[in-house]
Amino acid sequence: MSERSVADTGPGAGGRVERGIEYGIEFGVSWRRIAAMVERYWYLLRSSWPRLLELIYWPAVQMLMWGFLQTYIAQNAGFFARAGGTFIGAVLLWDILFRGQLGFSVSFLEEVWSRNLANLMMSPLKPIEFVLAMMVMSIVRLLIGMVPVSLLAIGFFGFNLYGMGFALAAFFLNLIITGWAVGILVSGIVMRNGLGAESLAWTIMFLLMPLTCVYYPVAVLPHWLQVVAWSLPPTYVFEGMRALLIDHVFRLDLMLEAFAINVFAFTIGAFGFVLLLRSARRHGSLIQTGE
Amino acid sequence: MQSRKAPESPVTATVPAIAVERLVKVYQRGMAVDGISFALPQGSVTGLLGGNGAGKTTTIAMIMGLLTPTSGTVRVLGADMPRQRYRVLHRMNFESPYVEMPMRLTVRQNLTVFGRLYGVRGLAERIAELARDLDLEALLDRPSGKLSSGQKTRVSLAKALINHPEVLLLDEPTASLDPDTADWVRSCLERYRTAHGATILLASHNMGEVERLCERVIIMKTGRIEDDGPPAALLARYGRATLEEVFLDVARGRVRETAQ
Repeated sequence: MSERSVADTGPGAGGRVERGIEYGIEFGVSWRRIAAMVERYWYLLRSSWPRLLELIYWPAVQMLMWGFLQTYIAQNAGFFARAGGTFIGAVLLWDILFRGQLGFSVSFLEEVWSRNLANLMMSPLKPIEFVLAMMVMSIVRLLIGMVPVSLLAIGFFGFNLYGMGFALAAFFLNLIITGWAVGILVSGIVMRNGLGAESLAWTIMFLLMPLTCVYYPVAVLPHWLQVVAWSLPPTYVFEGMRALLIDHVFRLDLMLEAFAINVFAFTIGAFGFVLLLRSARRHGSLIQTGE
Repeated sequence: MQSRKAPESPVTATVPAIAVERLVKVYQRGMAVDGISFALPQGSVTGLLGGNGAGKTTTIAMIMGLLTPTSGTVRVLGADMPRQRYRVLHRMNFESPYVEMPMRLTVRQNLTVFGRLYGVRGLAERIAELARDLDLEALLDRPSGKLSSGQKTRVSLAKALINHPEVLLLDEPTASLDPDTADWVRSCLERYRTAHGATILLASHNMGEVERLCERVIIMKTGRIEDDGPPAALLARYGRATLEEVFLDVARGRVRETAQ
């Protein structure tokens, strides 16, 4: 991709680009600027050991707690003895979802906390490049947290997440897209409403936890709530995980349905972000990024 | 500071660097900017004066494309803001003590990130040059959050100059600085302007600063332009010895009788 993007090319750029810019959507992206933002967040992570530790310790605590619980139950119930690893698998996949969203949102919050948002919004960095950089960083943060914890799961409980093979890739893709869809929307809300909305970044995913059936099958829910659960892409992933670990079947149909809903959810998130950015520009939120 | 070639641009020198026409910004709490118009020729240095709430920062934010006008137009180097902002943002920059650099990053890391965002070629050399010019060499590897106010201002100025901006917007660049550091910052701005012929718009409460740096002064009050002209002409018009006295006349509503 050239250094100068489509939108920089002057009056001949064409009507599609002009309309896109008018609606806050930028079509051309500069990988150099995305890399610069990733570098910025990497500098930050590298400079702060508490930030690095925070990425690892909570997933590790969760995994250990659920792992020991599962070990105890498996020793006393025949079904759970067959359903080896569902709790540990669920907690690891849940962390992909939760940490994926949090990694995205925290990168954005770092800019608000450091009062740097106006510097970025005044620079040639386009919103789409900013979003792409936060997506990359959410994966980086996730890997820093999940790789050591998944290795611990092998050591403590003999549960090998990577043994899921292609299924793990499908689970990961669907969960991370849901995380980004929620993260992008939360970032837009913080951008528009200030740090008063920060708590959303930390808690919003827990609203989904009971509905996405992380630790139990969808069939446990009342019928009317099952309809809601099936409208959420992570539900398909957790059902798919149980099918894989209990019945040893990879449900591609569930993954494709989850992906289709994810495309819709991400579109809604991105569209919401664009609307909130436009609203922030109208209300002066970009120059007053406090409470 | 080294001078450089004029950038390739479809915009000719006849186009104002900044053109503001009938600009209005209304917030829910009321009118912030009320139909102001002005045009700044390329290479000019203009001071934007006014008390708190006069509309200076709102005007600058609209020029930067951070704020959408309620009505009216802003054009920077011929580009309509904020609609066409990506055509010109790489040719502008700004500095304000109210916007900070990430504190945990070192000065060098911050300048590197912003240099890359602005697509600066020869970035390492540019950072070394700015460090020399702004006396930052000893600070380059220190976290930005550990610097004093004066040092932070110099770093912000380095960030503002990293892309050799043709249009530089400064919102109270010497606020909360001691007189020595403030004087030093003004000298840097004068050197940059002389070397590069940049257009500078400077919002300030410091009348001495405006008198020293600016060839034109726009005085705002409650969102409107109350007066506009070269400092000498304003002094003559109001029969005052200093811009501060002129400012007080405007702020206290003694405009008409004094000016007339």
